Amino acid sequence: MTEEVELVFSRPKSLADVVTSYCPGCIHGITHRLVADVMDELGIRERTIGIAPVGCSVLAYYFFECDFAEAPHGRAPAMATGMKRTNPDKVIFTYQGDGDLASIGTNELIHAAARGENITIFFINNAVYGMTGGQMAPTTLPGMVTTSSPYGRDVKTQGYPVRVAELVSQLDGAAYIVRRTAYNPAEVRKLRKAIKTAFQVQMAGLGFSLVEVVSNCPTNWGMAPKESLKFVEERMIAYYPLGDYKVKDEVKALK
Amino acid sequence: MKTLMKGNEAIAEAAIRAGCEAYFGYPITPQTEVLEYMSRRMPDLGRVFVQAESELGAINMVYGAACTGARVMTTTSSPGFSLMQEGISYIALSFVPCVVVNIMRGGPGLGNIQPSQGDYFQMTKGGGHGDYNLIALAPATVQEAVDLVVEAFDLAEKYTQPVMVIADGMVGQIMEPVAFPEMQEIRRATFPWALTGAKDRPHNIITSLFLNANQLEEENLRLQRIIAAIRANEVRYAEYMMEGAEIVVVAYGTAGRIVQTAVKQARAQGIPVGLFRPISVFPYPYAALDKVANTTRQFLVVELNAGQMLEDVRLATRDRVPISFFGKMGGLVPLPEEVLAEIKKLA
Repeated sequence: MTEEVELVFSRPKSLADVVTSYCPGCIHGITHRLVADVMDELGIRERTIGIAPVGCSVLAYYFFECDFAEAPHGRAPAMATGMKRTNPDKVIFTYQGDGDLASIGTNELIHAAARGENITIFFINNAVYGMTGGQMAPTTLPGMVTTSSPYGRDVKTQGYPVRVAELVSQLDGAAYIVRRTAYNPAEVRKLRKAIKTAFQVQMAGLGFSLVEVVSNCPTNWGMAPKESLKFVEERMIAYYPLGDYKVKDEVKALK
Repeated sequence: MKTLMKGNEAIAEAAIRAGCEAYFGYPITPQTEVLEYMSRRMPDLGRVFVQAESELGAINMVYGAACTGARVMTTTSSPGFSLMQEGISYIALSFVPCVVVNIMRGGPGLGNIQPSQGDYFQMTKGGGHGDYNLIALAPATVQEAVDLVVEAFDLAEKYTQPVMVIADGMVGQIMEPVAFPEMQEIRRATFPWALTGAKDRPHNIITSLFLNANQLEEENLRLQRIIAAIRANEVRYAEYMMEGAEIVVVAYGTAGRIVQTAVKQARAQGIPVGLFRPISVFPYPYAALDKVANTTRQFLVVELNAGQMLEDVRLATRDRVPISFFGKMGGLVPLPEEVLAEIKKLA
């Protein structure tokens, strides 16, 4: 007697069958999977070009099965601009962390958004420089201890965190700017939907889209994965509220 | 038919004729007319023009477009060229082609907006971090600038490397009659490395990151093989009144042009002097200059800087023959009479 077996869950075709360089429990892995999954669903893998940043996801080009370039630190939105302007039929996305996007790359980010470049940015905000060993980032919370703010971030001398989604949403060129997270299954589902919308915004030619993912860093936060997710839920979200910061009317009309 | 045109505008038109598909730039004197010209012409032709937020932005837009196989260019002037070094270093080890024009101005720092050749080291010895050298072509006239810009695109694709055109503010700002080549339509060559979408092939990756030391050395060796081929194949120079020249003046770009007039004046006065003018300042015409050293008794190097190419002349001739230097800095450009006076001191 044979039984019909239906495959209901598998690795997305857009995700390479390799071991990633991410730490156990890190939201990078979830976000990678979701981006790849959405690329599969939209059928865009063969015409998508990704751009990796400098940071933990510097090797992202090994983890996705689409064409990829590796940008100088912070410059991914400028590279994406050059790619998209010369290849309007391609889907161009950058994948950047907070040090890359919110510190050294703010100029490239702000102006790509202001020009309304028809590109998509996935922004992973885990409040530290992960790859270099957990230094203070522009997004480090006030009072947070890092390897370069050993007494806790003192806003009097080390300034205040940068809220990227709020900042970028002020620009007229921005079409779709949202903040999501992935600390539980419900939030993962919302994140997946936002990733899909962001790609669709670009495919419809509606302009600049950015999904900020409030993320964790168990390794550099010195926490167990579960504990780090709790920190995201309780502390990170308090400073970086989830929500839709800019959704142009044309985007709302997308179905 | 020749058109009377400013150097910067001619450089822009030359790039367009060469099939430049996209231009990314940032305003900086004395190259801004390239940007302005491109902002008019490129959209007219249905091509890409973007005024970037900075030279960092511009070179990385170039990098992105180049990764997809597009013919692409940026232009700048000295302070902007410094900012572009980061991107150029990345592009060099990424093995993608592009053209960068530097209309040099007085430096260091903000300097001024007068002509200079102060970026010679930066243009010919790498410029950014890591081991690399790029083809650097130095035009002396507007016509030569046009010809070299067109050629630069082909060389960039031939060697999958950025190609530099090293001109000074004088070449950028002067107006001269020029002839242009035929218009080339945009065509995207099918480069196997280009990011064109992973359709019916494994995904392509363009990166300059190689964490494995052996692999990074391999990539460096690949780059050095390209540089060796460039050294072997792409040496360019011009000679003027070199017959029986006992004194040889070595100068490039605008300095070379001024020297040419001085040499002509000196010859009229019976002084046996000639001009050796490198056109490719990388690769430098070491061998040709070495040969010249066999038949001359005195060199004079003239530059719009403190003596940068002077080091290459010493290297080429191994100090077998005395070398004098005459340079102007601060954006000053010598008159032919001043160069003539220097020649006379050596006669």
